[in-house]
Amino acid sequence: MEKTIANKTIEVSDEVYLLNFSDWNKELGEGIAQEEGITMTDDHWKVIDYIQHQYKNDVPLTIRKIGKSGVVDIKGFYSLFPEGPLKKASRISGIPKPVSCI
Amino acid sequence: MSNHLRRALKDEWNITIIDQRTEHHYQPGYLFVPFGVYEPEDIVKPIEKFIPDGVNLKLGAIDKIYPDKDKVVMVSGEEFNYDILIVATGTDIAPEETEGMMGPHWHKDVFDFYTLEGAAALAKKFKDWEGGKLVVNIAEMPIKCPVAPLEFTFLADAFFEQKGMRDKVEIVFATPMSGAFTKPKATEKLDYLLKEKNIEIIPDFNLMSVDGEAKTITDYAGKEVSYDILVTVPTNKGSALMERSGIGDELNYIPTDRATLQTKVKENIFAIGDATNIPASKAGSVAHFEGEVLLENVLNYINGVKLKEGFDGHANCFIETGHGKALLIDFNYTHEPVTGSFPFPGVGPLTLLKESRMNHMGKMAFKWIYWNMLITGRHLPFVTTKMQEAGKNFD
Repeated sequence: MEKTIANKTIEVSDEVYLLNFSDWNKELGEGIAQEEGITMTDDHWKVIDYIQHQYKNDVPLTIRKIGKSGVVDIKGFYSLFPEGPLKKASRISGIPKPVSCI
Repeated sequence: MSNHLRRALKDEWNITIIDQRTEHHYQPGYLFVPFGVYEPEDIVKPIEKFIPDGVNLKLGAIDKIYPDKDKVVMVSGEEFNYDILIVATGTDIAPEETEGMMGPHWHKDVFDFYTLEGAAALAKKFKDWEGGKLVVNIAEMPIKCPVAPLEFTFLADAFFEQKGMRDKVEIVFATPMSGAFTKPKATEKLDYLLKEKNIEIIPDFNLMSVDGEAKTITDYAGKEVSYDILVTVPTNKGSALMERSGIGDELNYIPTDRATLQTKVKENIFAIGDATNIPASKAGSVAHFEGEVLLENVLNYINGVKLKEGFDGHANCFIETGHGKALLIDFNYTHEPVTGSFPFPGVGPLTLLKESRMNHMGKMAFKWIYWNMLITGRHLPFVTTKMQEAGKNFD
């Protein structure tokens, strides 16, 4: 389906994950974060950069992996993106829903 | 796999199974042990019984795999060179990964049912338990047999009802998933069943620590849940052999191509079952369906032919719902479980994503099928390696 975020109309999945990573830009990430009730800071962007980097290299992401990344620990990851950190951070990063749930 | 390979390969190929255990466990049976349906002796058989003629069995633990030298070295120092290696080391619980999980309360008030010891200790506890708060928990995903914790809550509900004490037992299911299961349509159906059975679900609960003294569990978001009995599925990890050999990911699973089952470690190393990192369920049915694709690709590799991208992530799981009924789900990488009939489109006799007695009979018959057919590498009647789309109600 189509959705307009940060004045940009983009294709998203039923669970509102970007369908095309190439649509992503920082303003859009900011817009999605706002919908999630998150105000982005440098610490948030560091995590988003890490997630996008892993995604581009085809590395499947898990909360554990992010906790071991050196960018943030699991507790910190939760305080930056409360409740569903991996889901929220993935949505803001413009990547598909993580497949760690199978 | 060795049954498959022995039939397919000429005599000049030497096949050796290296196993550190002398017994083979029917793992799907663990679920029933706490409720006294199976006794431990029903689900354990000596491994030698299942080794086909023409295949060597070496008992003992492996210290390291050396992909560059095409050899494995045993803890005893003995070495085995190979042309092809198939890794089938599975996955196991790692309770030590969660702060406070292990301790004097382990197998006293805090239990797992993913080991025979844990399941048997829980059976003993349930026998004269007078009731209280039973919390069932998944520490983190992925886990082996992702439906088992849910089945456990359903069976516990029926068990205490039959004992005439359901009103004395509060059942809570605390899970890191946002609902009962990993796939949306099945979750909808299963959430409804939980409600019907008066089981409280606490979703998005990512276990951080266990306090065995205070009898509470806490998640990373600060949520606290108290328990009288905690039945947890601890973090699952692959074999530490992967870590020692430097070929595993952060959970000791071996990076593997999800369609060909060739590992990304080296072209002559393949993997099957729970040992891989592929995004399929860690379920016995998956390993079974992988077997056929893996056989074909091992032969392709030997013959210098391009490997076939044959595995579609097919999983097929019965979900016990208690009171002699069960659900059945059938899914793969691209299709989530939906309603329908199985294995014959429109006929059944099994029903997908819907409770029935026939499904329960299928699940109970599965123990026989496992010992007599699956383990010897025979095909399941009417069930195909690739998931069938006919007979399923997709949107």
